Amino acid sequence: MEAFFRHLYETTGVNFSIFYDRRNEINFLRGLVVSFELMGITLLGSLAIGVAGAWLNGSRFRLVRWLVRGYVQVLRNTPPLIQLYFFFFALGGILSIVGANGRPVPLVNNFAWACIGLSAVAGAFNIEIFRAGIEAVPRSIRDAATALGLSRVKAFFLVILPLAFRLCLPALNNNLVNLLKSTTLAYAIGVPEVLYVSAQIWSDEFNATEMMIVVLVVYAGITTAFIGLMQMLERRLKVPGYGA
Amino acid sequence: MSAFLLGLTAAAAPQTATAPGESVFATLLRWTPLIARGFALNLAISFLAMAIGTVAGVALGLARISLMAPVRGGAWITVQFFRNAPWLALLFFCVYALPHHISLFGVRLVVPDWTKATLGLALPVMANVAEIVRGAIQGIPNTQWQAARAVGLNRFLTLRLVILPQCIKPCVPPWMNWYAILTMATPLASIVGVAEAVQLTSEALVAEARYELLMPMYLYLLVWFFIYCYPIALWTERLEKKYGVIQ
Repeated sequence: MEAFFRHLYETTGVNFSIFYDRRNEINFLRGLVVSFELMGITLLGSLAIGVAGAWLNGSRFRLVRWLVRGYVQVLRNTPPLIQLYFFFFALGGILSIVGANGRPVPLVNNFAWACIGLSAVAGAFNIEIFRAGIEAVPRSIRDAATALGLSRVKAFFLVILPLAFRLCLPALNNNLVNLLKSTTLAYAIGVPEVLYVSAQIWSDEFNATEMMIVVLVVYAGITTAFIGLMQMLERRLKVPGYGA
Repeated sequence: MSAFLLGLTAAAAPQTATAPGESVFATLLRWTPLIARGFALNLAISFLAMAIGTVAGVALGLARISLMAPVRGGAWITVQFFRNAPWLALLFFCVYALPHHISLFGVRLVVPDWTKATLGLALPVMANVAEIVRGAIQGIPNTQWQAARAVGLNRFLTLRLVILPQCIKPCVPPWMNWYAILTMATPLASIVGVAEAVQLTSEALVAEARYELLMPMYLYLLVWFFIYCYPIALWTERLEKKYGVIQ
């Protein structure tokens, strides 16, 4: 395969350098690993924030409900890129301790801020999605859980949340695919994910178009695989009597 | 472009010579005209990209329901590709792959960066509008098509006179939703070098070189976008309740 791409470059000038150049290949694969780490962590983080927010949204205290709704509205109506800059430059600048040689050392590195920022935004959307799913659970089921003597916590985690999860799965899948795509935003704060290392490669080898095609194909592959997985999940978790 | 930036920093220079004890609010107020100009470019990019994306998206949506299989298939591939591609990657692709200048009849027209960024942002909008239009058309009951056939309308006239006018109302809430998403994606253009609000804010911070301004400046930008996008979100919610949800 290496010989084919080298031959392609020599004859047509189409330069897919990551296939025949060992150093480029290793850098690209490292970037892929970082991208996958970002995707995994933000997926789990945003789901956790979504469940926590949906739970707090049903709280007795008006202040808690108001805070959750405020969080959702602020994070949904402000650009994710500026939020990332705010977290990394502004908050990150404050959260630094004096290091060994007297210069300030940041406590949270850029990968962590990217995870926090991206999970926060996707979590806000997930809170809305879970809220819609919870509202779609019939009242009779809630009453039945109370009649069985389940406490609010047990009813939520054993009865309502599993049903709500199944009902809102299509919208949730949509949001999770958007989350996967939004991991490219970490480029802006210097996280070495796929787009960032591709930019480094194309600035070395002057093959921007080819690298862009590779990146787009990689993301098309990742999202297709993820959507396929989610559709398998949807089929297995289908609630009889609901949905088309 | 570099001349513009030089001019900007030159304009910024005498302003930074003011008292170092100036309050944060006064500094924000002083930089507001520049940020407002950048924000206006953000809005211009969002309007243009939405317009281009909507027109192309309606055409693509109609291609998705075409009677000819190759047209349908090609439209499906296009929609899937642009819906599943990261917006930043598409932006990079447009900025690097589109020509720097075009020569028409001997006249050399430089294609500015913000134009390429607008096109790059219009592509995913086009794919998503195509899905909205297709969903709306498929939500129209079959009886409408049958009645139109009974009256003697061909497919083109049916679409133009019967189906599409009924599709406009249900399309509006998701369309407005995508406009909000697009507006919040316009800061991505700053990564490819367009001098819009985020880029100008960064340059203002560099010109001021004051550590305590980082948080207020970025908060200020967030507030600008929030004030613009939150009413749109509220309006969209109200329209959703009125017209029903399409997805």
